[in-house]
Amino acid sequence: MLTRNRLLAGTAALVAASLATLGLAGPAAAQAPIKIGEMNSYKVFPAFLEPYKKGIELAVEEVNAAGGVLGRKIEVVSRDDNGNPGDAVRVAEELLSREGAAFLIGTFPSNVGLAVADFAKQRKVLFIAAEPLTDKIVWDSGNAYTYRLRTSTYMQTAMLIPDAAKLKKKRWAIVYPNYEYGQSATAAFKKLLKEKQPDVEFVIEQAPPLGKIDAGAVAQALADAKPDAIFSSLFGPDLAKFVREGQQRGLFKGVEVFNLLAGEPEYLDPLKEEAPEGWYVTGYPWSEIKTPEHTKFLNAYQAKFKDYPRLGSVVGYATVMSAAEAIKKAGSLDQEKLLAAMSGLTLMTPFGMIQYRPIDHQSTMGAYVGRIGVKDGKGVMKDWRFVDGKDALPSDAEVQKMRPKN
Amino acid sequence: MTLSSILIQLLNGLAAASSLFLVSAGLSLIFGVTRIVNFAHGSLYMLGLYGAYSLIELFGRTPLGFWSAVVLAALAVGLVGVLIELAVLRRIYRAPELFQLLATFAIVLIIKDIALFTWGAEDLVGPRAPGLSMAVEILGKRVPAYDLLLIVIGPLVLAAIWLLLTRTRWGALVRAATQDREMVGALGVDQAKLFTSVFFVGAVLAGLGGALQIPREPANLELDLAVIADAFVVTVVGGLGSIGGAFLAAVIIGVAKAFCIGIGSVTWFGVEISFSKLTLVVEFLIMALVLVVRPYGLLGKPQAAQRVAAEPAPPFTVPSWTFALVWLALLIVVPWVTDRYAAILLTDIVCFALFSVSLHFIMGPAGMVSFGHAAYFGIGAYAAGLLLKRVGLPMEAALLIAPLVAGAFAIVYGWFCVRLSGVYLAMLTLAFAQISWSIVFQWDSVTGGSNGVFGVWPSPWLADKTVYYYLALTLCGAGIAFLWRVMFSPFGYALRAGRDSPLRAEAIGIDLRRFQWAAFVLVGALAGLAGAVYAFSKGSISPSTISIAQSTDGLVMVLLGGVETLTGPVVGAAIFTWLRDVVARNTEFWRAVIGLVILLIVLLFPQGLVGGLKALAMRWRERHA
Repeated sequence: MLTRNRLLAGTAALVAASLATLGLAGPAAAQAPIKIGEMNSYKVFPAFLEPYKKGIELAVEEVNAAGGVLGRKIEVVSRDDNGNPGDAVRVAEELLSREGAAFLIGTFPSNVGLAVADFAKQRKVLFIAAEPLTDKIVWDSGNAYTYRLRTSTYMQTAMLIPDAAKLKKKRWAIVYPNYEYGQSATAAFKKLLKEKQPDVEFVIEQAPPLGKIDAGAVAQALADAKPDAIFSSLFGPDLAKFVREGQQRGLFKGVEVFNLLAGEPEYLDPLKEEAPEGWYVTGYPWSEIKTPEHTKFLNAYQAKFKDYPRLGSVVGYATVMSAAEAIKKAGSLDQEKLLAAMSGLTLMTPFGMIQYRPIDHQSTMGAYVGRIGVKDGKGVMKDWRFVDGKDALPSDAEVQKMRPKN
Repeated sequence: MTLSSILIQLLNGLAAASSLFLVSAGLSLIFGVTRIVNFAHGSLYMLGLYGAYSLIELFGRTPLGFWSAVVLAALAVGLVGVLIELAVLRRIYRAPELFQLLATFAIVLIIKDIALFTWGAEDLVGPRAPGLSMAVEILGKRVPAYDLLLIVIGPLVLAAIWLLLTRTRWGALVRAATQDREMVGALGVDQAKLFTSVFFVGAVLAGLGGALQIPREPANLELDLAVIADAFVVTVVGGLGSIGGAFLAAVIIGVAKAFCIGIGSVTWFGVEISFSKLTLVVEFLIMALVLVVRPYGLLGKPQAAQRVAAEPAPPFTVPSWTFALVWLALLIVVPWVTDRYAAILLTDIVCFALFSVSLHFIMGPAGMVSFGHAAYFGIGAYAAGLLLKRVGLPMEAALLIAPLVAGAFAIVYGWFCVRLSGVYLAMLTLAFAQISWSIVFQWDSVTGGSNGVFGVWPSPWLADKTVYYYLALTLCGAGIAFLWRVMFSPFGYALRAGRDSPLRAEAIGIDLRRFQWAAFVLVGALAGLAGAVYAFSKGSISPSTISIAQSTDGLVMVLLGGVETLTGPVVGAAIFTWLRDVVARNTEFWRAVIGLVILLIVLLFPQGLVGGLKALAMRWRERHA
């Protein structure tokens, strides 16, 4: 008995010792780089987040080549949050307390973004949400510590509305992935279109589970409802399946289709020559944007990675650039000063100048709206235009009504 | 719905059923003969899709290229199955029941990262089937010709399997082994070869099911887990080991889904009901219904009693006081000697430790495996959050009432579950967990839907992470100690009697079902406590606390530590949580690394970590005695 106890106690001591060494690993020296804590669901959404990570690397390299900020280099410490809010909160805490990160950036799914935003509020630390599209993160559940870069669900939906209203189609069918993003996109679309076109009729709504659409049955159900137009917020494998089944079943013949995000290379490129021509989408026509800021980004990206950027790359790049600018403007790593710096912060991104709005902490980053075409066996965006984010947001009065005072 | 759309949706359902059937048939065969719950079956399906995609690119998009790619991909997946069986599973057939599940879980992680490494992160959309890319006009509606082909392939494969099973010697052996594995061994049949061949056939079917989906489904990395749950449901609804049952179940589920979509939204008595949203959970509703009415699935037979599946579980040994005190002292001291994060990681660990001990209580001593234990963890977490945010109770009250809510749900779920046994019982627990999950996921106004509940923070006096850790340690530690104590009470002994010999237990007057029901409620409440403590440590709750992934984590923790020991689940929870934290930080392909570590543990310690360490200690002591 004694021997076994000693053995087990020995193991325990060993574990404790290794925990201790891990915990006491070096405090940062004065000139050590400024650490920025980043977390994302790398293994759950790799198609978007691998390019995103490259965008981060490029931005860090550029910031440091230009001398860093406050005389120090920056370092982005990344963690995988496993797509799970519980894990995200844990790694966020690890980034702050063990890595000594100055503040937090990142996240992809809505629920993870919202959980980290709430954590940031509790911990009183700045959080720049990179990718979550949910409207709640800046409106209903907005807080003083959270800013968001990406063009939100509402904004991207609003960008499609002028084209949708212009068509004067009466019978609309709707299909969306059954979770927050799809639900808010649908709600925003119905509300905004109804305002412009009061006689519009929504004849059918299909809400397949994310990643598990029964595309044949859904396409058939939509076709049976005989719509004039379709609004979809599908993406990824769901979108690819829906496109193929819809085409085979003749669903899209004589029907206009609007699809959020479908012009993003992440989701458009896999479709290759089957990319649905004529669909109205938001996306990123990377090869055709000729602004100097984008050309500079594109060249640097292609030189470094021998690959073209996806939308994720732009998001990663712009997030780190925002973080660096915030530190520069604040002139310190003090949270109060960082927050003050973020409010109204303006900076140049590959998509032009953006501003983090003081009123709701949403950046004015825009998006490209256009129609899908096929060129050389590949899906592209044609007739596209850039819509500035600030033109796709509701009025200040509406925003103030939604956002809690704090 | 018009008549024509009903017919077309029927065809859609049948086409979906075909591929579902192929995967499930393989799973059913493998389970029938080897009694292995092959968690990696979905991964084999995914490999079939990826493999077919690459081979078609290689052979060219001609009919010959397409079909030879499909067949070769299926055969290649069969070889992967053989490799898994020879390299891993063969070594652990004698391990305690379900231990093989841990090995196949590790394989899922490894295959996923291999696929990511090999094929990249982008979805791969395969070509349409050459020669079958057109649609056929039926009643004025267009149906893809390939769907019609799939509808034919399903019954053809069913017929082929049936012939194989009834007209060949191999089939006779498989049927015999499904009924009585020991007898087949005693009659001189080489079981090892039989198992390998069954694994090959099962894996080929999974691979074929995947490869045939090429024109309908882009190859992507989420397929493995998306398919495995459905395949289990079909297998169980049909009746384990019954191929015909699997076909029937696949058809029922496929058609039910298509009709839910076809019906769309209807308004009954002024209430709008969206059948389209029901697709989230319809297969689990069907499974719950079938199992409640038919405890062995539609066409299944009661499982033949196995004579000696493995050694009977050894009695538990109680940890000594010195041992417990040393550990407790360590756990109290750690936050003092390390940093703030150690307390946070340890808070996670103690929550999961109670979660896994409560699962172990019902798996080990009570002999009822639960695949849906996260239901109680998640309900506890949600109850805590909702009582705080929606009802406005003080945090302390919410924390203490939450376990009662979880226990109340366990009263309902448990009442149904204890009427079943074995894998059927496990799958019914999963069905209830999934139904709970889907309600939480959908009920936006109360549970916050897919986003969850936020601002679930502890009272100010507990805000400090170290203080909260001590609270978690106290509550979860008390929960664990209580469960361990109960194990050695008359109640615990009665449960163990029921597990080891239900007949004798009843003969001495134990009302087994009531005891098992009570056990369900007890562990449900304590898992709920773990969930509530977890919720307040995170500040937010999302539906992932009720997800299949959470339930699986619990199983992995218990099995990793060792079912047959008392401390195993605690050690398993600690190791698994710690491993994930460390490995995910240091490597890109962390999933594969975790998979390999688990596999290593599985092969070195087939009784789990603690069981293995105990055996080692025993041997060492004997040598030095």
